[in-house]
Amino acid sequence: MSAKEMIRIEKLNKSFGDLHVLKDIDMTVNESDVVVLIGASGSGKSTLLRCINFLEIKDHGKVIIEGEEIDPSTHNLNDVRQNVGMVFQHFNLFPHKTVLENVIEAPVHVKKMSRKQAVEEAKVLLEKVGLADKADEYPSRLSGGQKQRVAIARSLAMQPDIMLFDEPTSALDPELVGEVLATMKELANEGMTMVVVTHEMGFAREVADWVVYMHDGYIVETGKPNELFDNPKEERTQEFLSTIL
Amino acid sequence: MPSIQHLFEVFISSYDQFFHATWLTLKLTVVSIFIAMFIGLFFALLKISRIAVLESIANFYIFIVRGTPLIVQIFIFYFGLTELNMSDFWAATLGLAFHNGAYIAEIFRGAIQSIEKGQMEAGRSLGMSRTLTMRRIILPQAFRRALPPLGNQFIIGLKDSSLAAFIGVYEIFNLATTQGSESFDSMTWLIICAIYYLILVFLLTLLVSYMERRLAVSD
Ligand SMILES: Nc1ncnc2c1ncn2[C@@H]1O[C@H](COP(=O)(O)OP(=O)(O)OP(=O)(O)O)[C@@H](O)[C@H]1O
Ligand SMILES: [Mg+2]
Repeated sequence: MSAKEMIRIEKLNKSFGDLHVLKDIDMTVNESDVVVLIGASGSGKSTLLRCINFLEIKDHGKVIIEGEEIDPSTHNLNDVRQNVGMVFQHFNLFPHKTVLENVIEAPVHVKKMSRKQAVEEAKVLLEKVGLADKADEYPSRLSGGQKQRVAIARSLAMQPDIMLFDEPTSALDPELVGEVLATMKELANEGMTMVVVTHEMGFAREVADWVVYMHDGYIVETGKPNELFDNPKEERTQEFLSTIL
Repeated sequence: MPSIQHLFEVFISSYDQFFHATWLTLKLTVVSIFIAMFIGLFFALLKISRIAVLESIANFYIFIVRGTPLIVQIFIFYFGLTELNMSDFWAATLGLAFHNGAYIAEIFRGAIQSIEKGQMEAGRSLGMSRTLTMRRIILPQAFRRALPPLGNQFIIGLKDSSLAAFIGVYEIFNLATTQGSESFDSMTWLIICAIYYLILVFLLTLLVSYMERRLAVSD
């Protein structure tokens, strides 16, 4: 059975000045896969995610999204990004807009959806993340977990085929982590293709199809969660796991 | 020093004259600051454009404004514009707008750059263009953040509008000095003039804090 390839990365390299951050990255993510990226701070996880939605532009290599190689100099990256949602560690909700306005902003102003339809769809999404009653609140009145769930709804409103999560629970109080992970798990169960940077190993074990361990700009090891966590092949992976488990 | 009673009498009897002059001062201030906001926003956007030529243009403009006295700027506008048959009022207004625009440009630039980087990234990640994100997400927040320093600049602009007196605009200060020397009672007129400025600045301060509160609903 060959699943549809959603993301394919070939020999991706990225430097910031003299700092070589991503080194010959190869990675494939199939439809409905959940890939968890782990690795020490500074290993390049965020940069890799950001190269997938072109918040950072690779130096060399290929980024192929749903079969199409994206060339930043000829493709309209705004169109590409509509299809690749991203959830950030610090939520980045628009503080001057209510929850509902946050969610309908891009559908109305990018997709040119009618406001009425956007509101209808936003309400369904807010219901789904359990925040229907917060539609008219401003973000400052929400807890961290609620903010992150709004951020997820805001991304989903563009109906992306791929969702990227960069440490979505790292800024949350421990008791709020669960509600966000539960939302992400639900999304995974619905078949969303997801790439997730997280330190939540329980989530990785339970939800991930693949775990990718990065070190110093390289992908060191990729495996099924139980393989990689219980029987890491590489010494570096073992070392890293012993520091976090 | 004039006696309190004398001051009070002149204050009452000059009411009509000051009313007209105050109106002119307000017009001068409001119109010039209004224009200066557009100039300021324009140059602020040039400064953050990351396009070297545009940044240099903005820096040059700010350099000129900061490096020369306001009264010189106003006179240059006066001689330049009255040649084109523009009124004293408009020469002063545009001179003040040119001047305040530079300071407002810096205020806007600071406010825009103070908005967290994540806001632009969130917009971009949703497929919004840089321009759209700037307009819908960054600028509304930046404007809110710029309000206190803008209010401050507004007050400075109000007081600076007194320099329009030197090119013949019959605003508060011009009225006070003219009437003061005609009646050999300059001190009385200048004190009254100061009182009018104080009242205007006080009202302006109230207005700014009212607007800040109105815009703070989301915090
Ligand atoms: N815009 C940038 N300019 C310069 N250096 C950068 C930039 N972004 C990231 N870096 C550097 O690149 C390296 C990799 O950063 P990255 O954020 O991808 O790591 P990470 O694995 O996500 O780490 P963390 O777990 O701390 O988030 C780091 O050394 C970082 O300082
Ligand atoms: Mg990171």
